[in-house]
Amino acid sequence: MNATTPIQNSIAEQPLSPWQLFWRRLKQRRIAMVGGVILILLYLVALFAGFVAPYSYDRQDRDRFFHPPTWPRLSGFRLVIPRYEQLPGDFNYRAVPADTRPVHWFVRGDEYKLFGLIPATIHLFGTGDERYPVYLLGTDQFGRDVLSRLLSGSQISLSIGIIGILLSFTLGMIIGGISGYFSGWTDTLIMRLCELIMSIPALYLIISLRATFPPGMSSAQLYAMIIIILSFIGWASMARVIRGMTLSLREQQFVLAARALGQTHLKVIVRHILPNTFSYVIVAATLSVPYYILGEVVLSFLGVGIQEPNASWGNMLTAAQNTEYLRNYPWLLAPGAAIFITVLAFNFLGDGLRDAADTKAL
Amino acid sequence: MWSYLIKRLLHLVPLLLGVSLLTFLLMSLAPGNYFTALLQNPQISPETVDRLKAQFHLDQPWYVQYFYWLKNVLSGNFGYSMAYHIPATALIFQRLWNTFLLSFFALIIAWGVAIPLGIWAAVKKDTWVDRGCSFFAFVGLSVPDVLLSLLALWFAAATGWFPVGGAQSPLYDFQSPAQQFWDRAHHLILPAVVLAASDLAGIMRRMRSCLLDTLRAEYVTAARARGLSEGWVVYKHALRNAINPLLTIFGYSLAALLSGAFIVENIMAWPGLGRLTMEAFFAKDSYLVVDCVVMATALLVMGNFVADLLLAWSDPRIRLK
Amino acid sequence: MNLLEIKNLKMDFGSGADALRAVDGVSLTIGTGETVCLVGESGCGKTVTALSIGKLVPTPPANSVGGEIRLNGRDVLKMSNAELRSIRGGVVSYVFQEPGASLNPVFRVGNQIKESLKLHKPEKATNEEVIRLLKLVGIPAPESRIKNYPFEMSGGMQQRVMIAMALASEPKLLVADEPTTALDVTIQAQILELLSELKQRLGMAILLITHNLGIVGDMADRVAVMYAGQIVELSPAKELLRRPLHPYTRALMASVPKLHGDADRLSAIPGNVPRIGNFPPGCRFAPRCPIAKPECSAQIPELVEVEAGRFVRCPFWK
Repeated sequence: MNATTPIQNSIAEQPLSPWQLFWRRLKQRRIAMVGGVILILLYLVALFAGFVAPYSYDRQDRDRFFHPPTWPRLSGFRLVIPRYEQLPGDFNYRAVPADTRPVHWFVRGDEYKLFGLIPATIHLFGTGDERYPVYLLGTDQFGRDVLSRLLSGSQISLSIGIIGILLSFTLGMIIGGISGYFSGWTDTLIMRLCELIMSIPALYLIISLRATFPPGMSSAQLYAMIIIILSFIGWASMARVIRGMTLSLREQQFVLAARALGQTHLKVIVRHILPNTFSYVIVAATLSVPYYILGEVVLSFLGVGIQEPNASWGNMLTAAQNTEYLRNYPWLLAPGAAIFITVLAFNFLGDGLRDAADTKAL
Repeated sequence: MWSYLIKRLLHLVPLLLGVSLLTFLLMSLAPGNYFTALLQNPQISPETVDRLKAQFHLDQPWYVQYFYWLKNVLSGNFGYSMAYHIPATALIFQRLWNTFLLSFFALIIAWGVAIPLGIWAAVKKDTWVDRGCSFFAFVGLSVPDVLLSLLALWFAAATGWFPVGGAQSPLYDFQSPAQQFWDRAHHLILPAVVLAASDLAGIMRRMRSCLLDTLRAEYVTAARARGLSEGWVVYKHALRNAINPLLTIFGYSLAALLSGAFIVENIMAWPGLGRLTMEAFFAKDSYLVVDCVVMATALLVMGNFVADLLLAWSDPRIRLK
Repeated sequence: MNLLEIKNLKMDFGSGADALRAVDGVSLTIGTGETVCLVGESGCGKTVTALSIGKLVPTPPANSVGGEIRLNGRDVLKMSNAELRSIRGGVVSYVFQEPGASLNPVFRVGNQIKESLKLHKPEKATNEEVIRLLKLVGIPAPESRIKNYPFEMSGGMQQRVMIAMALASEPKLLVADEPTTALDVTIQAQILELLSELKQRLGMAILLITHNLGIVGDMADRVAVMYAGQIVELSPAKELLRRPLHPYTRALMASVPKLHGDADRLSAIPGNVPRIGNFPPGCRFAPRCPIAKPECSAQIPELVEVEAGRFVRCPFWK
C-alpha cells in the first residue's frame, strides 16, 4: 500500500538519546561553553602549576618586598624585562627601561615536583637571570612571587572543590537513596540528622569541627581534614533532595520490575534509582563547587586552614586585610580575582547545565 | 493554621537541644582548653588551675559538663567567659544583638532590592533590562564575600566616607540619643550592604524565574481572557502566586546570610557572634564557642519559623489543608 | 452579519525560516445562538484557533500571518489593547480544560467572580449577583461557596465556577476548550447538560472544542473537523454523524468502539498525526488515507461546498 512508505520513514528516524539531547542543548548555550572552557584551562594550568609558575611558591626575594608587577615589553620581536631599581622610602621601585634582558621560554629554574611526583626544573618562561625577575603579579610582604603562589594555591583551592564535592555528593546520594527507599525509622533518623546539620549556619559548624583538630598537623593532613569537614556539611542538603526524589522514583514500575527480577535492595537503589537523579546531581554539583572552594578560602583566610608557607588563595588574601597594604600594593588582591573568575565560570557552566537539563523549557 | 504553627514551634526544641549536644560533643573533642594555656603561665599555680577546672566542671566527662551547661543556660546563665573574664551572658547577648541587626538589615536590603528588580526583569524578559539584570546577577553571585568585604574596607579607607570597622565610634557614650542612632547606622551601612550583595543576586534570579513560571500558568491566560488589564494580571494575579515559591527559599537565604555574616563580621570588625566565635576559638574557650554556635542556630531556626509563618499566611493551601 | 467570522486565518510559531504553521487557512462562521463543535486530535491547531478569537495566543512565539477574525464585524487581530480588553469577557468568554488550573489558587472563588463583574458590569458587582450566578450553574449552597478557595472544591464544581465566571460578563460567544476532558464521565454529562441549558436560557453562541465525537451529537448545530492545521470537513451536525464525507471523519467515526454489531478488532487509523513543521506535501491526510491516490500528494485540495451547507476538503469524498 502506498501509504506505508511515509509512515515507515517517520519510524525509521532515530530519536536522540537523553544524553545526546542534553549535550546538544548544552552546546547551544554559549555562555555555558565559555564557562566550561575557562574551567578546563584553569584546571590544566593548576595541574602543571609548577611548570607554568616562574618560581617556587616559597622562594623569598629579600631585596624585593612588595615589588610591583613587572611585565615584559616588546623590543623588536622579542619580549624583554627591564631591571627595577629601588628608590628611597618604603618599597618604591622604578623600571630602568634601557637595561633589559630577554624573556626565554622553557628556562631552568627552581626545582619542583610535576604532579607531585616527578622532579623537574624547567619552567614555562623566565629570564634565567636573578637580577631581572619576572614578577607578573608582583611580590608579597615576604618577597615571594604572587603569580607563583597563586598557581601553587590554585592546586589546593581547585582540587579541594572537586574532591569535596565528589565525596559529599556520593555520600549524600547513597544516604539519601537509602533513606528514601527504606523509609520508616531509618528515614526519620537520617532526616533528623540532616535537619540538625542544616540548622547550624555553615561557617559556625565548620569552625566547631575545625576546633577538634589536634595541634601540629602537617599540611597534607590539614588538607585532608579540611576536605572532610566541608564534606560533612555538604552531604546533608544533597541527601534531603535525593531522598525526596527516591520517594517518588520508588513507586515507579521499573523499580517493581527490577525487584521482580530478583535484584537486591542495594542494587535497585544504586543501579536503578540513583541514575535517574543524575541530571539534578550534576547541576547541583557544578553549582556547589564554588562553596567548597570558598569554604577552604575562608578557613585559610582566618588562619585556621592551609598554613604558611604553603600557598592557598585564602591565606594569600590575609595580607590584603591590611588597608595600607591594599591601597599601596593592590596586586595583593590577585587571589580574589582568581576566585571570582573560577566561581563565575562554575556558575556559567552550572546555569547552562541546568537549562540544558530542563526538558520543560524551550 | 495555629496547630501547624504550634507543631513547628515544638519541633524547634529538640532541634536546639540536638544542636547544642552536637556542638558540645565536638568541642569536648577539641584538644586542650583554656586551662592548658593557663597551666603554662608560671604565675598561676597548678592547684589554682585545678580549682578553677573543678569550678567549671572541666574535670568531668563531657556529658556531665553538658548537663551543667544546659542547666545554666536554661536559667539564663551562660557562665563565665574565661577569655574575657566577664560573665558570658551579657557578652553573648550584646554580640547576638549586633549579628541580628546586621543580618536583619542585610535581609531587608537584599529582598527589598531583589524583588522589584526580579519583577522588572521578568516583565521585560529578553530586553536589555533583563539581560543587564542577569549579567549583574551572575557577577553578584560569583563575587565571594571575602573579596567584597576586602574591597569595601579598601573603599572605606580610601574615601573616608564610612568607618572601617566597629559598631559605634569611641565617642558613642558622649553623644545624644539622636547622634547615637546615626552613629550606629553609619557603622552598619557598609557591612549590611556587603552582606546583602551576594544574597541579592540569587533572590533576584529566583523572583524572575518564579514570576515567569507563574505567567505561564493557565489561570493567567484565563484572567487575560476575562479582559483584565496586563498590569492587573501580572501584579495582582501572577505576583501573588509567584511569591509563594520564593518564600520557600527564605530559609536558605537566611542560612547563607548568617554564614556570610560570619565572614563580614570577621573581616570588617563588626562585633557580632561570628567575630566572638573566632575570638573564643583562638582563646580555646570551648563553652563560649558552644554558646555562640547555639545562639547562631537559634537565630537561623527562629528565622525559618518566621518564614513558615509568612508562607502559611500567604498561601491558603498551606494554611487550610 | 454573523457573530463570529474567521476568514482564512494563518498562525505561525516562530518566525523566518523556522516558522511552524499551526493554523493554515482556517475559515469558520458562527451565528448568534449557534453551537459549533470544533473536532480534531491533539495538535491539529484547534486550541490555537480558539484562543486567537480573543487574541490570547502569546505573540512572542506566535504570529498571525494572514486572515482576519471578525467579531461583531470588527477584526480582532487589528484591535488595540483597550478594545481587546473590552471584548474579552464582554463579547467572548472562555472556559478551559483544566478547571483547577484556570482558577487562581490563592484567591477566594467569590472574589474572582466579583472581579469579572467589576470589570464588565460594575453595577452588578455584588455578593447577591455572585450567588445568583453560582445558582445558575447549579452549585448547591452558593452562599457558603463564595468564601471557598478553588482547592476546596471538586473538579466538577470548579468547572461550574469557571462557567459562572465566564457568564458573569454576559458574553455573546462562549468558547469552551475541551471543558469536560479532565472530568469524570458522569460529571461530563452534567456539565454538558448545563451548557445546553444555559445556551437555551441566555441565547448564547458556543464554540465547543473537543476530540470526543460522542459529545458532538448532543451539543452541536454544526461541526468543523480539523486535521493538521486545516479544516477538512464542515457540516451540520446531524448530517455529518449520519453520513460523514471526508475520509478522516469516516475513519474517526469508525474508530469509535460500538457495543452492538459484530466486530473482532478495534479499527484505528494507521500512522500518526504529522507534527507541525513535518506536514507531508499535498493532502495532509494522504499518508494515512485508505483511498489515497497519487494525485493527492501533488497539491492540497480546496475546501469545497459539495452539498447544501456541507464542505469537504477531498475530491474523492463520494
